[in-house]
Amino acid sequence: MNSIQELLQKKDKNVLSIYFTCGYPNLEDTTNVISALGESGVDFIEVGLPYSDPLADGPTIQESSHEALENGINLDVIFEQLKTIKETNKTPLIAMGYLNQLLKYGEDKFCQACVDCGIDTVILPDLPMVEFENHYRQLFDKYGLTNIFLITPHTSEDRIRKIDSYSKAFIYVVASASITGAKGEISSNQIGYFERIRAMNLQSKLIIGFGISDKTTFNTACSYANGAIVGSAFIKHLGTNGIGKIDDFIKPIIS
Amino acid sequence: MITQNKDMKSKFHPDKNGYFGQFGGAFIPELLHPNVQELADNYIQIIESSEFQIEYKDLLKEYVGRPTPLYLAKRLSEKYGAHVYLKREDLCHTGAHKINNTVGQILIAKKLGKTKIIAETGAGQHGVATATVCALMGLECTVFMGEKDIVRQAPNVTRMKMLGAKVVPATSGSKTLKDATNEAIRYWIQHPETFYLIGSVVGPAPHPDMVARLQAIISEEMKWQLKEKTGKENPDTIIACVGGGSNAAGAFYHYLDDENVELIAVEAAGLGVHSGESAATSQLGQVGIIHGSKTILMQDEYGQIVEPYSISAGLDYPGVGPLHAFLYESGRAKFMSATDQEALDAAFELTKIEGIIPALETAHALAVLDKITFRKDQVVVVNLSGRGDKDLEIYTKYLEA
Repeated sequence: MNSIQELLQKKDKNVLSIYFTCGYPNLEDTTNVISALGESGVDFIEVGLPYSDPLADGPTIQESSHEALENGINLDVIFEQLKTIKETNKTPLIAMGYLNQLLKYGEDKFCQACVDCGIDTVILPDLPMVEFENHYRQLFDKYGLTNIFLITPHTSEDRIRKIDSYSKAFIYVVASASITGAKGEISSNQIGYFERIRAMNLQSKLIIGFGISDKTTFNTACSYANGAIVGSAFIKHLGTNGIGKIDDFIKPIIS
Repeated sequence: MITQNKDMKSKFHPDKNGYFGQFGGAFIPELLHPNVQELADNYIQIIESSEFQIEYKDLLKEYVGRPTPLYLAKRLSEKYGAHVYLKREDLCHTGAHKINNTVGQILIAKKLGKTKIIAETGAGQHGVATATVCALMGLECTVFMGEKDIVRQAPNVTRMKMLGAKVVPATSGSKTLKDATNEAIRYWIQHPETFYLIGSVVGPAPHPDMVARLQAIISEEMKWQLKEKTGKENPDTIIACVGGGSNAAGAFYHYLDDENVELIAVEAAGLGVHSGESAATSQLGQVGIIHGSKTILMQDEYGQIVEPYSISAGLDYPGVGPLHAFLYESGRAKFMSATDQEALDAAFELTKIEGIIPALETAHALAVLDKITFRKDQVVVVNLSGRGDKDLEIYTKYLEA
């Protein structure tokens, strides 16, 4: 069974996932961040693969990705780093990057490298459903990888149902028409959208992301879904406070 | 008609998923799916409707100033030993071919009920052409432009502002066309009610095909103009510069299936194809995804996009439209390149012997005339995509050097 699916069977409320950028703030921080997040009580971790042109990301993740690339991070280094903690790390990992990285690295080579690091789930925000159906479903199946689909306030009901049928771990509910790092509170419009999705009684678990930044937004999201993902707010904290203070960010959210 | 006969199946038209061979598609975040799908479902029907055709053709004639002349450049012909015709897109309103596309897309946007327009721009020509049609139609316009390009194409920034557009600097990456496009797409994701009026044959399907169809007026006119002047619709050779590739797509469009018409696409070699400072995508790129399209892309071994370089703000793009990637891979078009210096020399040569100051982008196409051995009776059309007013600062430096 997929590791995230297994996790969500055991725990289906207030699930906290954190996104971080590999190689940030320093090249060697990748594994330290994962260990610290695991110890803080984070349920699963999105391992951000830095990309030069991340279209779905706001300034915070763009900048952390840029810095990580300047630090010398690349897919070979990332997979080497992740291999070193394969045996000790108990927190499920999801690889999150852009399709061109997989394409250029080699589709099979990329999938095999994920498997070798103990990663069985991927998120590629620019992989559209039609390409998944025509090609990537078969590729991912070959390596036992699960793909996470995103839905947004503008995704039609038919399309959500189809995505639901393809989803093995969870559906990533993008909280608003936004790139990552949106600020502020959750609006009544967003609540209406969360309620609409919840009322669809989908077979998949729901995790809300984009614009979730603190305990308040996390709690609100969790009252309409199985959990939520925090990304940019964590990256900001990491950039300011370094990897020694990860607990200070996580504990208030899950307390 | 600006579109091909429906019964005519051309391998240079995209398939139902927007692919030209292995290139194209729509690699977009889910949030853009409804917008892109809405356009894909409607654009051909709108473009082929008589209502659109009447309005589009009327605007092209009365507002843009079409047909643009097909001018036999006698002194240039003498120098290169061929019959060299210039398709004078530089005489279009706003100074380049870009307005053919913006006039068409603004009509499509209106038909779809969109009132807010966004666009990216490199040299500023597309930004100006977009701001112009938005002023004409009374629509709100926001143009994303690389910070570096805002400096090197300052006159166009003033024009856009005069036309009522908001110009937003793109400060990420190389601060040029690629980054302006990234910012436009990010804005589009956050404001899905807007219409993204894309400036070249790039982006997710159906944008590359839509823009090619709207630029196809160039080769449509070339056909009857050549027939009048030479007795034959077909030239032997068509030369056009390629950044994203919209003017080349328009100049090639109605000749794509006539394999006896040689098509030459000219990329910007910057300081030299292998100097590390270049934008010659077909020579330096491999298959990759940029701005929602699978194409040929300048990238490193990990798929990170490499920053391109060219003196010309309209050509320093690390990709190329998917149609052009297919023309390159299939061998249908020949890809050549010209360096900064060769383009500058060509710009000054045309100015001196024909009295026409071309845009720096266009100068790249002119520069390859010197690299080709022509037959004496060879009929060559160079698509003179834009005029050089916007490049005077760079030309001034050249004069002083």
